Amino acid sequence: MLETERMRSHDGAWQPGLRESYLFDRNVIAEIQRASREGIYDIRGFGAKRRVPHFDDLLFLGASVSRYPLEGYRERCGTDVVLGTRFAKKPLELKIPVTIAGMSFGALSAPAKEALGRGASEVGTSTTTGDGGMTEEERRHSTTLVYQVLPSRYGMNPDDLRRGDAIEVVVGQGAKPGGGGMLLGHKISDRVAAMRNLPKGIDQRSACRHPDWTGPDDLEIKIHELREITDWEKPIFVKVGATRTYYDVQLAVKAGADAIVVDGMQGGTAATQDVFIEHVGIPTLPATRLAVDALEELGMHRQVQLIISGGIRTGADVAKALALGADAVSIGTAALIAMGDNSPEYDEQYRKIGSSAGFYDDWQAGRDPAGISTQDDELAARFDPVLGGRKIANYLRVLTLEAQTLARACGKSHLHNLEPEDLVALTVESAAMARVPLAGTNWIPGA
Amino acid sequence: MAVETSEMTGVEIVDLASTPLRELNRRLHGLADGAPGPRRWRVLNPNGAHAVGCGLDAEIDVEIEGHVGYYCAGMNKLATVRVHGNAGPGLAENLMSGTVIVEGSASQSAGATGRGGLLVVHGDASARCGISMKGIDIVVRGSVGHLSAFMAQTGCLVVGGDVGEALGDSIYEARLYVRGEVAGLGADCVEKGLEDEHVAELARLLERAGFDDLDPRDFRRYGSARQLYNFKIDNAGAY
Repeated sequence: MLETERMRSHDGAWQPGLRESYLFDRNVIAEIQRASREGIYDIRGFGAKRRVPHFDDLLFLGASVSRYPLEGYRERCGTDVVLGTRFAKKPLELKIPVTIAGMSFGALSAPAKEALGRGASEVGTSTTTGDGGMTEEERRHSTTLVYQVLPSRYGMNPDDLRRGDAIEVVVGQGAKPGGGGMLLGHKISDRVAAMRNLPKGIDQRSACRHPDWTGPDDLEIKIHELREITDWEKPIFVKVGATRTYYDVQLAVKAGADAIVVDGMQGGTAATQDVFIEHVGIPTLPATRLAVDALEELGMHRQVQLIISGGIRTGADVAKALALGADAVSIGTAALIAMGDNSPEYDEQYRKIGSSAGFYDDWQAGRDPAGISTQDDELAARFDPVLGGRKIANYLRVLTLEAQTLARACGKSHLHNLEPEDLVALTVESAAMARVPLAGTNWIPGA
Repeated sequence: MAVETSEMTGVEIVDLASTPLRELNRRLHGLADGAPGPRRWRVLNPNGAHAVGCGLDAEIDVEIEGHVGYYCAGMNKLATVRVHGNAGPGLAENLMSGTVIVEGSASQSAGATGRGGLLVVHGDASARCGISMKGIDIVVRGSVGHLSAFMAQTGCLVVGGDVGEALGDSIYEARLYVRGEVAGLGADCVEKGLEDEHVAELARLLERAGFDDLDPRDFRRYGSARQLYNFKIDNAGAY
């Protein structure tokens, strides 16, 4: 149901003759009124809320007469993946192709970061640091931890670089390609301030460009430096927000990346302008196709691994991303939800701060009743990292089982055996973007 | 491998004309955590190589006889690295501790994001010198380029010569000392008074850099007006 229709019929209050503008619906009107009242753009967390073509617009062609399936509960369907096989001496060997995306200590509480590590480790996958550096809790509880090198270099140091199991050079993220970050002052606790070398309570801006390299040729030299510092042991990922994905992926390969993370516009954020979240970047679906095209053209598909993120929610999303050619996926927003974000348990408290369970996106505000996106000690103490870790592990297992179910139905003995030929599209748009045929036809628009 | 040990001087000599850079850095990294090995090193024929002596973590002296490329002494801890030549971009980036000295000039982003230690440039440094510095002290005898000390958080940038446009743009708590002309200040960067404590701090830095012929009282001090620390719509024009 359209948002406007839902609102119009809310509590049976719809009245004949009252016609809401499609262009200026109540959300738009409320935002104009808020902007004129407060004089500042809306900053929020979460990711894009508009509808864009996504993996939901694809369907699998299960086996039938022309293909035969695998037995759902008896025949093995492999899920393991190795990331960073191109140059690194010690690539990451993961049991499942679903990893935890980078999220900062600062944006998230220390117990939440610990829970992500616990959950990922329990099922044999990796988690990732974020803007602000590595905490002891997440290192201790993460069997495999990817250390991010971001433009701000908050918390950056060679010891943690070497303690990481892989390095991720972050060029951009899907929620805000081309944009920097902002951790608002009310989330700057003493500990966060100390890790970032800044006074407590001030807004901490994260630059949008790296301070010591500017283009792909420089990036190649930067990656070389990181390899030298870590004695060529660690896989080096390059993460880009999805925009000119075809070119970005090719340049990242040229710069020497072992793996590339492509984050579509649905990717989450802790604090970004709403206008940025909703209006910059391309969806994960076409970004996946473009990234695979770029790798295939260079003869580097499967040589340089591709990790896709941005709106991964279900095992179906996982399976479809892999079928299009990704080697793994990353989750961020879904992981927070799995840990308890937006839980009905906290609905009354969400309402007290002007939101509601299912709608809460003020991750920038630091008042999260679930104790996840906060630096308030009292709120953070509500969050049990052991239980949170268990929920993450459960959720990751479900994603994997769901993906395996779909893969077996397509007759695949490993998730990586899924292929574009297993997919059809429900809409003309998604057929064109994913470059698979419109269901019931052999038509791929633009092919 | 062309490594020679001079028993007369106790200096380990590595010639990059015949020794791979990887081998040099591997041996230098092997000295971390107090591991035994030579404490004095000479590197010959760097010829603009990148990442020379990056990631060091030992109290050693490394003399580099020539010009270096990008990221020389990047992320250095404890070591003293002296370049008898010029240095490319990202010199001593993210310096943790120790001392890096360049007898010639340095390219862009010298001392970027450095968290400690001392960087000394006898010649000039280019744009973005001290960008996002987080505790490093940088002393440049000559001039620096535009956008130096951009988003500088803590530490001191001392410039004996002139400074390009947008000095200290979006600066936090770093202290900037300039002896020559400033082409322009960046957002939220203002001139501040040079009090006795600053003169003393400056004198110490100049002495450590070996520039004690410069009079601290000839410098002017710049820092943050602290107007952009928390977003206010009234300041939107400054962004």
